[in-house]
Amino acid sequence: MRDVAVVGFAQRQMPDFDGSPTCVEMLVPILAEIYEQTGWTRRDVGFWCSGSSDYLAGRSFSFVQAVDAIGVTPPVNESHVEMDLAWAMYEAWIKIQTGEVDTAVVYAFGKSSAGVLRRTLALQLDPYTMTPLWPDTVSLAGLQARAGIDAGLWDERAMAEVANRSLTDAEKNDYSIRKGGSSVEELLARPMYADPLRKHDCSPVTDGAAAIVLAAGDKAYEVRDKPAWISGLSHFVDSPSIGNRDLTRSPSAANAAAKVDLNGVEVAELHAPFSHQELILRRELGLGDDVRINPSGGALTSNPMFSGGGIRIGETAQRIWSGEVAKGVAHATSGAALQQNLLCVLESSTGKDA
Amino acid sequence: MSRTLSAPVTVAFDYTRSTGPVLGRFLTGLRDGVLVAGRTSAGEVVVPPLEYDPVTHQQTTDFVEVAPVGTVTSWTWVPEPVAAQPFDRPFAFALVTLDGATKPMFHAVDVASPSEISTGMRVQVRWADERVGHINDIACFEPVAELDEVESGAGGPGRARPQPRDEAATEQSRPEPVTGVITPVSLDYVYAASPEESTFYRGLDEGRILGQRCPTCDKVYVPPRSACPSDGTPTEGEIELSGLGTITTFCIVNVPFLGQKITPPYVSAYVLLDGADIALLHLILGVPADEVRMGMRVKAVWKPREEWAYSLENIDHFAPTGDPDADYDTYKRHL
Repeated sequence: MRDVAVVGFAQRQMPDFDGSPTCVEMLVPILAEIYEQTGWTRRDVGFWCSGSSDYLAGRSFSFVQAVDAIGVTPPVNESHVEMDLAWAMYEAWIKIQTGEVDTAVVYAFGKSSAGVLRRTLALQLDPYTMTPLWPDTVSLAGLQARAGIDAGLWDERAMAEVANRSLTDAEKNDYSIRKGGSSVEELLARPMYADPLRKHDCSPVTDGAAAIVLAAGDKAYEVRDKPAWISGLSHFVDSPSIGNRDLTRSPSAANAAAKVDLNGVEVAELHAPFSHQELILRRELGLGDDVRINPSGGALTSNPMFSGGGIRIGETAQRIWSGEVAKGVAHATSGAALQQNLLCVLESSTGKDA
Repeated sequence: MSRTLSAPVTVAFDYTRSTGPVLGRFLTGLRDGVLVAGRTSAGEVVVPPLEYDPVTHQQTTDFVEVAPVGTVTSWTWVPEPVAAQPFDRPFAFALVTLDGATKPMFHAVDVASPSEISTGMRVQVRWADERVGHINDIACFEPVAELDEVESGAGGPGRARPQPRDEAATEQSRPEPVTGVITPVSLDYVYAASPEESTFYRGLDEGRILGQRCPTCDKVYVPPRSACPSDGTPTEGEIELSGLGTITTFCIVNVPFLGQKITPPYVSAYVLLDGADIALLHLILGVPADEVRMGMRVKAVWKPREEWAYSLENIDHFAPTGDPDADYDTYKRHL
């Protein structure tokens, strides 16, 4: 396997982007930041991959328009996934592993506020027995949260603890759109929204975009003194049938964790758009109390569709670059109620240096 | 003035799908007022049935009827229903394990407040007035009336039993199995134009055609763009164009299609406005279709001012100016 590192990251997150759902005008400054971080021009990028969905944009071929932000004369080597940025990065990582390219920029964007996000997402469900009922995202998460409460695996207090820690940490993150911790008691005193969920148990609707830069071997050291080396990358999927899953567990997250080495992880950025989902993931990943969870404030405080998972990778990489931690794990999810889960382990060492 | 223009847009289509034999069996059952489950290799009784066994990956062939009465295994309150959900007032979504099944199914429960539902509660199917072979043939679940539960128990002749079919129906008159479902999908958006596009449409509302220049390659784009597709650079400035231009290429539309506004034959052409580097697609009128040609000089014909909006349709069409044709060299790079 080739050593591949995350060497660049840029993001934008906001509650209500007033521009085009193709997000070109948001991507242009993000890519400018990437060129500044790397010292590259677009000609130095071997492969591009983007993540987005036309259902979110409310128009066709929004990803084609987004390619304008790169500028494609002469043509670029480019692909697209209707998945989160983390999966776009997975494709780019494989592309680099093939030896065809040494560098890649992946980006993703979504204007969640253009439609009714929790309704639009019903289109990712079984089209015969689920979508016609329009199960919204919050309701599916509510069923999952209730199942865990009924099983005694967590309670409203544990969920509020997650929310309070996330809102407190988000105060230090310029990009988080909901922030301001108070106390578990204060959060529990707030009214129920979608019983058993309070509003702070649900991530806010977020518009945004982000980009990640990958580089192999020496190319990575040309950009960063301390590249964030990808030492493990794994993703699995659970059944799309809600009724046939134990919603209190996430076998796909556990399977992904079994394929990577989480020993010594100091920080974990978990893509948990609902408070109880962080509790599920901590259990499935076997993360101890000494692991710092979501120091960015996490997806609970800001969750732009299609980049919310990849931002976890970027946040973790930044802590490797700065020397704050030597090893971290980033997680991304997709689908209904943690159906798909991806883990990316980042380290300051390739393991071959010593 | 806001930075960008926006307008509501609805994306709608009838999601039309064939069912295959397994879901077809389930949906046929719903139409006929029975709940058909599938048995998996692990002995689970699953409703709706899984098309393929999660362990052996073989198609499900073992079907069993289960009761229209069951137990809530999880639920959530829906305080602000979204369009096309089973109710337009607050209700509960729930997972319900039907008597005879081992796995729960997802559906709505008709209760007025979260205090009226709990895990472990007994609920029964409320059938839709008309059943067609669709998941919405189950209107929802509703709490089992205590009397029903006591007197008849699960599967008994309670409220959960649908209207019986006409018993006189013969084998020949029995409706065909369900093989397809149609689910109307309608999604509402507020569609915003980019700042550059907004400049363009605001100009049109004032009877002006505004372009912008790419600072990298100097090309003038009409409409302007958030990024020059060649260079990735946002276009800049404000370049007003006269409405005079040259037809670079065209086609004669003879084929009628859904939503067509003009009776064929008519000419759709790329018009390279003087001073622009990108041609606009527009309608050519004022000349017989067979006389339209590459290089023909045309001018914008605007609708009456009172009809103007933020739209390229403010220009009704382009019409020949009568001037001599443009030299091929002036537009050959735009073909």
